[in-house]
Amino acid sequence: MNQEKSLLNQLERILPLVEKPGRYVGGEYNSVVKNWDEVSTKIALVFPDIYDIGLSNLGLQILYENINQRGDCLAERAYSPWQDMEDLLRKNEIPLYSLETKTPLRDFDILGFTLPYETLYTNTLNLLNLSQIPIRSEKRGKEFPLIVAGGHATYNPEPMAPFIDAFLIGEGEEILLEVIDAYKEWKKEGLSKSELLLKISSIDGVYVPSLYDPQYNSDGTFLAVKTKNKNVPKKVTKRIMGKLPYAPTRFIVPSIGVVHNRIAVEIMRGCTRGCRFCHAGMINRPIRERTVQEIIHSIETGLENTGFEEVALLSLSSSDYTNVLELVEEISNKFSGKNLTISLPSLRIDSFSVDLMEKLKGSRQGGFTLAPEAASERMRKIINKPISEEMLLTTAFEIFKRGWHTLKLYFMIGHPSETLEDVAEIAALCKKVLAVGVKAIGRRAKVHAGVSTFVPKPHTPFQWVACDQQESIRQKQNLLREELKGPGLKFNWTDPKETIMEAWLSRGDRRLAEVIETAWKNGAKFDAWQDFKNYDIWMQAFREANLDPDFYVHRERSIDEVFPWDHIYPGVKKTYLKTEYLNSLSLRLRGDCREQCYACGITQTFNHLRKEDPGIVWKCPNISQPRSKNELSIPN
Amino acid sequence: MNYRYRINYSKKEGMRYTSNLDIHKMWERTFRRAKLPLAYSQGFHPQPKIQQASPLPLGFLSDFEIVDFFLEQEMDLSSLETALTNSLPFGISINSITQINLLEPALQTHTIASEYQVVFLEEFDAIKIIESIHVLISKETVIRVRRGKSYDLRPLILDLEIILENPIYLKMLLMSKDGATGRPEEVLSELNIPMELTRIIRKKIILANEVLDNKLGL
Repeated sequence: MNQEKSLLNQLERILPLVEKPGRYVGGEYNSVVKNWDEVSTKIALVFPDIYDIGLSNLGLQILYENINQRGDCLAERAYSPWQDMEDLLRKNEIPLYSLETKTPLRDFDILGFTLPYETLYTNTLNLLNLSQIPIRSEKRGKEFPLIVAGGHATYNPEPMAPFIDAFLIGEGEEILLEVIDAYKEWKKEGLSKSELLLKISSIDGVYVPSLYDPQYNSDGTFLAVKTKNKNVPKKVTKRIMGKLPYAPTRFIVPSIGVVHNRIAVEIMRGCTRGCRFCHAGMINRPIRERTVQEIIHSIETGLENTGFEEVALLSLSSSDYTNVLELVEEISNKFSGKNLTISLPSLRIDSFSVDLMEKLKGSRQGGFTLAPEAASERMRKIINKPISEEMLLTTAFEIFKRGWHTLKLYFMIGHPSETLEDVAEIAALCKKVLAVGVKAIGRRAKVHAGVSTFVPKPHTPFQWVACDQQESIRQKQNLLREELKGPGLKFNWTDPKETIMEAWLSRGDRRLAEVIETAWKNGAKFDAWQDFKNYDIWMQAFREANLDPDFYVHRERSIDEVFPWDHIYPGVKKTYLKTEYLNSLSLRLRGDCREQCYACGITQTFNHLRKEDPGIVWKCPNISQPRSKNELSIPN
Repeated sequence: MNYRYRINYSKKEGMRYTSNLDIHKMWERTFRRAKLPLAYSQGFHPQPKIQQASPLPLGFLSDFEIVDFFLEQEMDLSSLETALTNSLPFGISINSITQINLLEPALQTHTIASEYQVVFLEEFDAIKIIESIHVLISKETVIRVRRGKSYDLRPLILDLEIILENPIYLKMLLMSKDGATGRPEEVLSELNIPMELTRIIRKKIILANEVLDNKLGL
């Protein structure tokens, strides 16, 4: 209590000196402040980016509500302070604290880091250090909190292995609660930290990296991981929910402006389109939907609890939601005229999508975004995203005709087999779309091209593929910049240095940890922010660690290479990914796997869960016959 | 038909770091949570009809803030207060609600002055402060530059005194008219008191129709 008082006194003096002090005080509507002394297990959920970005993170919101529903636990939050606040915290020797009770993070039992993207790794080290906690797991005894991490990036946990005590792979709803239970038991037993790690390593989906020893070939490639204890699983399979649990509805309402001020409702998890570059599409299988009633109920309750003026319906491919028309009509009946903005991103390129958006168009109107990803026929076959140009142009015409002035188009460049001709087709396509817009509504029509650069992610069919050379990326971007000049056109791109940083961190093995640590020590942080120029620091860190950055990103992998992430199993088999890789090499398209099962492995892996909830929630076709190679029967 | 109400409220705790613009949003969301029929403007981007009196700078506390809002239905004051109180974030509390005439001028054009209390977070020499107050008050003009524009602070100071209680504090009455607003931190700067070592609390906002009853001599 006294500690809190004096911390509050210190904060009162430093907060007037920082930008947006509201980031550091908590007290938001729906934040949960429990009595510290009445709760046995205390968890801090940490998002290692600034408050403005982290606040609306759906994963963190789900876990926050889940944990706080339990009487024996509390969950509080912490985010990365911006540079001005960090300087003042360090200068005044104030350890990083939680927003709810202003307790130093090192006094919690468990710190759970959310790592949705790799460029948060340096921030993670920085937050541990700001919390006055040793960054390396081996240096932390039981007097320090247990440090766990989850999120999309942790499907390749190796680069962060020495810093994190345990990774929770996959969907976090149940696994974190199980870790909490094990922690409680362990605390009662009064055993050592290594006993704790061993104990939680037996929970499905928990990966304790210190119990695994990576081994390398003489050429630097990965040989295998060896388990250090025979009770430890050789392969860690991700966790999923057989049926999606109730969506969160007590969203924290920020008292200051943040990036997303809204209720987010996941209408389904997973995707069946099989785009070969898409990490989320591979690791979030199988496809599970919420019912229309459930979604409507979540929106209604969420609005009542928050007063938000915006609702986002989230999924990887909204048009594929089975009852999307019914959902949209129901939403429009229930919520129109209430001054709400409702967004439905990730729509397919067809005029049906325009119908859907038109129904959602209330008095406030968002933009229209489509993601063709590739413009040439050849590239579409390689990445497995077939789109007809005619359909795109028809859809664009409808979009402009029905009242939208700006159409955003997302593309991706940087696949190693991509040529300048393929890239030129992106520019040509944007111009055709603009011409259609001008025909529909005249000079008001605008086309914004957002062009990102491909990173070959682990657990995707492109994990064997090399990253494009920076020089080549620049050349492609220059071409686009030159072509996409002029009225009505706008072009956004990603700095190739940022892409290459993301690629190192995505594809690294455990040796990369030293590079991350050195880079952080030399000042790298906020690597996701383009205004922080950390590239030279990273290059220096590679030199100091005697590692070749190109080895990780610019090398095409042999088809039988063992990857440092192979012992983490997303339920999708490596043989399936390999087949898909070979399909991309021979320009072979594969359809929506709701129509035909391509045996990715997900239903076999989680068959037990599917059986618990038979019926409509999984959209994978039932495989009724015993599996033989080409006999996949599709029901109905 | 709209109905106009005036809320007098306090702004405390972490809410002191919520800016004026965000306070506007806070009220809108509070009304939505309370399911009160807030009136919206017409047009392509309807905005809630909420008017605030003189904006309170970031970091200040307040015992006395005023906001006017318009409802589509008439409501009795006590149920209005109950509904709002149950939906407000921590740190905002209602002092009073009154219904007022639709024809009254907009709040922001109606504000005349604000009274502030400045509490010290560290020991300051009272004698030195008294001296610097004296120097400041006896000047005819105090030209300062704020955001690249120069202005005269002196006529914006209507009253400035030190209250020698334990602990001591400053009391200032500053003009807060549209386009002529005296800011407490500017006064503190003239007195050589670093703002981050003080806590500033607005105690009162004075509106134009109250001036007649006041001996402000405005």
